Amino acid sequence: MTLVLNEEQQILKAAAHDFLQSKAPVSHLRELRDGGADAGYSPQLWKEIAEMGWAAILVPEEYGGLGYGYMGLGIVLEQCGRTLTPSPLLASALTGVTALLRAGSKEQCASILPAVATGDHLFALAVDDTAYHRPQKCLTTVRKTDDGFVLSGTKTAVIDGSSADTLIVSARTADSGDISLFLVAGNAPGVDVHGVKALDTHRMATVRFDDVALDQDALLGEFGAGLSPLDAILDAARIGQSAELLGIAQEAFERTMEYLKQRKQFGVPIGSFQGLQHRAAIMFGEIEMCKSAVLHALKALDDEQENIAEIASLTKAKLCETTHTVTTEGIQMHGGIGMTDEYEIGFFLKRCKILETLYGDRYFHLDRFATLRAY
Amino acid sequence: MMSKLDEFRLQTREWLNENCPAAMRIPYRSEADLCWGGRNPEFSSEDQKLWLTRMAERGWTVPTWPTEYGGGGLDREHTKILAEEMAHIHARPPLESFGISMLGPALMKFGNEALKQEHLPRIARGEIRWAQGYSEPNAGSDLASLQARATDNGDHYLLNGSKIWTSYGDKGDWMFCIVRTDPEARKHEGISFVLFDMATPGVSTKPIRLISGNSPFTETFFDNVRIEKNQIVGDVNRGWTVAKYLLTHEREMIGGTGLLNAGADSLSSIAVTNMGTAGGALRDPMLRADIARFEIDEMCLGLTVERTRDEVKAGASLGATSSIFKYYGTELNMRRYELLMAIHGSAALDWDGGEESDGRLPKTWLRSKGNSIEGGTSEIQLNIVAKRILGLPG
Repeated sequence: MTLVLNEEQQILKAAAHDFLQSKAPVSHLRELRDGGADAGYSPQLWKEIAEMGWAAILVPEEYGGLGYGYMGLGIVLEQCGRTLTPSPLLASALTGVTALLRAGSKEQCASILPAVATGDHLFALAVDDTAYHRPQKCLTTVRKTDDGFVLSGTKTAVIDGSSADTLIVSARTADSGDISLFLVAGNAPGVDVHGVKALDTHRMATVRFDDVALDQDALLGEFGAGLSPLDAILDAARIGQSAELLGIAQEAFERTMEYLKQRKQFGVPIGSFQGLQHRAAIMFGEIEMCKSAVLHALKALDDEQENIAEIASLTKAKLCETTHTVTTEGIQMHGGIGMTDEYEIGFFLKRCKILETLYGDRYFHLDRFATLRAY
Repeated sequence: MMSKLDEFRLQTREWLNENCPAAMRIPYRSEADLCWGGRNPEFSSEDQKLWLTRMAERGWTVPTWPTEYGGGGLDREHTKILAEEMAHIHARPPLESFGISMLGPALMKFGNEALKQEHLPRIARGEIRWAQGYSEPNAGSDLASLQARATDNGDHYLLNGSKIWTSYGDKGDWMFCIVRTDPEARKHEGISFVLFDMATPGVSTKPIRLISGNSPFTETFFDNVRIEKNQIVGDVNRGWTVAKYLLTHEREMIGGTGLLNAGADSLSSIAVTNMGTAGGALRDPMLRADIARFEIDEMCLGLTVERTRDEVKAGASLGATSSIFKYYGTELNMRRYELLMAIHGSAALDWDGGEESDGRLPKTWLRSKGNSIEGGTSEIQLNIVAKRILGLPG
């Protein structure tokens, strides 16, 4: 196994970097926030992103995609982390596509994925029923009817839920407690999507399912056997989040180092103080560890490694811890100016908190890691 | 058709099977199982001696060194195969040696041909045990302020002064040593890197007893010790460059201690065995979380070492990265022993005379406290990262 990018991947990385730095730097996020963008992202930018082919990276060629795998998409997400660019890339192009590839039938893939690859069709994953990420303790219920299913319940913290064409919903059978997955149109009768602006300006939604009637073909995978694919979908999403967290950590760290070199107090740059230097050096080391963890995890996804659950929890736990530290230290090392809305460093802390919390925070993943390793 | 590499793998496997004694395929039980070679070697068994002799004959004590210096002349890929095949049968390294891990690379880079011919083959065969003369009582983290003085005495130098923290100084045959040859020059510029036989009149050592009860280090004293002029590595008064280069190798080696335990039982399995579980989880939930954090960091370090190797293979340079490994590896190793102490509870408190323990765990735990001091303290490593990698001022 080799943990360096090949030439093609280097080119993709540079292209993503250049595109995002010029089209969607952090100031783009600020404009969206102050302009009150409904979707939480710019539809115009998303069109351009789709034209770059990024929505198609994970989609196999037979469904009109590039079939370039998780490493490719992870490289792009890392760059999105550097610019904090909001887009449905994680929710749709990674999580949604993974759901279809893991659990969907050939017909389902063929009918939806081509439009997902062009960015015209968007997914969102509706998995959590409470403020805590406990995918196996699903509260939304499903019951079978003669010609399909009926869904009831409320999902929270649905990333990019209000702009999704199709929601991927987990639901529990009342008597057995088994979990199934469903594809539900965002505008289906009985579906009430309530968009919320999150603290990082991205949109999350609370989605109410009020006895929503579904056809047979809304079922994703086997009835009652949804937990295992759900785990796999979430693990891919967590690794995608980790790639974005890595970009956030690197950018916040580099900006902080620049500031330490510029800002003078007592007649010298504050970066000459050992009290700051040692903390900086420790963070540098931790970020190096994170780079390895993310590369390894993306590669493990592409190689379909068996212990992907353990790898995903390791990676998310590590990235949560490090990126949290780096963005928090980013504020502290910037001093008073770091607390101002005018300065950009605080945006990194906000985005980090969202990614940290959704799909399991570091406590969730430490516990899961230990459980998976039988202790 | 079989590739050249596959062929080498098969031949290596066959040779190891025939030549690695069974006793050399079980993990170390104690320090005595380490083979250091030297002029008066202390072999713990005939098998140990045989294993060293056989491996040295093939140059496989130093597989990457050129054959003309007693090495195996193997490239990276062949070396990897050899390492994999040795790991496969759990073969012990045939030789522990500061000559291999520290002096060798420096001699290869800075030594003249005569010095290489004289010393490298003897290192490869394990015939000379080398000691390191770096730290002094008043030159620890500020190593370049060293005072051991070598004065020009015509066709040779005379060395006076002392060194401290000489690893196994009382067992060393030769010493590589940094000494002041120009007291007028600025502190980094008057230092030379010299080699001398520790049997030379005027060299004496005194063991230092550590908090662990053991004495792996000595103080080393020099009273008019004769150093031949042809035993200077690199140029006179330019020894600091050689010393620093050697340090990066030393740090890499020490940083590796965080990974040395890779083949050992995992902390979590030791904890499960000793403490038991309730509902599948360790009984102490706080300790469980710390163990999980430790295991994640341990894996991340392993992956980072792997990534760095891949990057070097792809043409990047190592350099200051070794400072991260030294810092991270030693901090991890110390965390490991703290967790092991907690896992064993009061059973980890016996020094000797205990029913089940010979005090190995508490002694090793105490010894581990030196990891973040030796070879450059953690604080010095962080200084290096801050200045050389991050470019912070001052």
